Amino acid sequence: MVNQAAAVTKNEAEVKIAVRDLSISYGGVPALTGVTLDVREHEIFGIIGPANAGKTSFIKTLNRMDTFDSSMKVEGQILFNGLDVTKLKNIYALRSRIGVVFPLPVGLPLTIYENVALSPRLRGIKDKSELDVIVERCLTRAALWDEVKDRLSSLGSLLSGGQQQRLTIARALSQEPDVLMLDEFSIAVDPVTTMRIEDVLKELKHEMTIILVTNLVQQARRLADRTAFFLDGRCVEIGDTEELFTGNVKDQKTLDYIEGKFG
Amino acid sequence: MFAQSSLNVRNKRVESLFRTLFLLMTILLIIPVVIILGTLVAKGGGSLSIDFLFTDPTNGMTAGGIFPALLGTILIVVVALIASVPLGVAAAIYLNEYAGDNWFTRLIQLAIINLAGVPSIVHALFGVGAFVLFFGFGTSILAASLTLAIMTLPVVIVSTRESLRSVPQAFREACWNMGATRWQTIRRVVLPNAVSGILTGIILEVSRTAGETAPIMFTGAAFFLPFLPQSVFDQTMALSLHLFVVSTQVPGVPEGLPYGVALVLIGLVLLMNSISIAFRMYLRGKKKW
Repeated sequence: MVNQAAAVTKNEAEVKIAVRDLSISYGGVPALTGVTLDVREHEIFGIIGPANAGKTSFIKTLNRMDTFDSSMKVEGQILFNGLDVTKLKNIYALRSRIGVVFPLPVGLPLTIYENVALSPRLRGIKDKSELDVIVERCLTRAALWDEVKDRLSSLGSLLSGGQQQRLTIARALSQEPDVLMLDEFSIAVDPVTTMRIEDVLKELKHEMTIILVTNLVQQARRLADRTAFFLDGRCVEIGDTEELFTGNVKDQKTLDYIEGKFG
Repeated sequence: MFAQSSLNVRNKRVESLFRTLFLLMTILLIIPVVIILGTLVAKGGGSLSIDFLFTDPTNGMTAGGIFPALLGTILIVVVALIASVPLGVAAAIYLNEYAGDNWFTRLIQLAIINLAGVPSIVHALFGVGAFVLFFGFGTSILAASLTLAIMTLPVVIVSTRESLRSVPQAFREACWNMGATRWQTIRRVVLPNAVSGILTGIILEVSRTAGETAPIMFTGAAFFLPFLPQSVFDQTMALSLHLFVVSTQVPGVPEGLPYGVALVLIGLVLLMNSISIAFRMYLRGKKKW
């Protein structure tokens, strides 16, 4: 189905995450089958596709969230900087290098400050002034600092949905991650905030690799360098975003989905 | 358009019938409580006084106060708490935060449920065998408290698990996703948000053990002692046993005295419960999500 040559990058130095023949099932029911693709360093890698395509399951395997769900079985290889994460012992180190943002923001029941300072604290940073710097930098980069700088000690879970989502992004950034994964981050966010976050992502691309799962095809077009189209548990096509969106597709279903003929 | 059909009329009649029935059952439920409290206050209220609480019994327990018994009950409950809380909370944290769903944890849960169903007199005999004789604590506060602790462990574990469960799973996963270990997650996110529920649950459940008689009467509570306990290895008097003694074992006790003892015992338990409920309401107002 997928043209292997197009999916796999030739220059290995550029590859951040290499996925080889990945299959996922829940209690024996397959959710994703035979995915092979490369995510390159410093790119925004978009994943589009209708519901139940296996997009979320896919990113869950990258930081071993399959360990949260005993019914979830993963087969295949996922190489993160060349190391197979499915066989990794120190999954804590892996997770600390991958920031995750989910559709519904999870403001931890801590103050705004502590939400962002938590990850540095987990890394062992105790110095207050150092934490202050990290908190301000991460909130600024998540385009939230100006709105919350006067109430850092109020609860993060009391912010509005859009603010909480930016807080979640700030928290992910406080991990100083190599990879940022966003799963339909804009579902609970208003359009203006969405555009602000998109601008942030374009900036962040220079420092990290971003995997953007989205059900808004136009969002993928605006942001992603390359885009994968998932459908019914398979990766139908991977290509440069502009190529796909200008109709240069290998599979007609990709074009139909992009043009909104089904969804 | 809205004219009543005969079906409407029938439905209405059945509706009011069931409504009245359920209301009656509810009222029936509170009648015993009202009668118990009313009788106690009416018959025992007269014997209550500061002196009654803080002086020793005299004249073969037919007069005087109940201070040794009151102090003894408080001591036994406090020592029982010290023993059962760390154990129960640790076990609950393991079961809720670490253990997977497998035959081993299911076996443990089954054991906990069964432990909760063991009659208190059986706990008492176990306490005699284990703490009084095997560990050689003798009949003492320690033996009585440990027996009570074993008895309350299931409720401590269950109520702690409920509090831990009330912390949304999304918080844990968000924390794990940052690379936090289980313990880091528990310490930073789960426990701070469950601790209020854990505490109130424990106060509520354990204060009930203040009224237990069987588990302590063979293990540490004394019929009558002319002195106060000096250490946890001493015997002590206790309100529940004292109530039993003055109402059935000693001749010539004035009628008001047992009611007074019962009133103090029930007041102690209600006081603990009220503190726990007030604490819970206060914390609920500060809920963080």
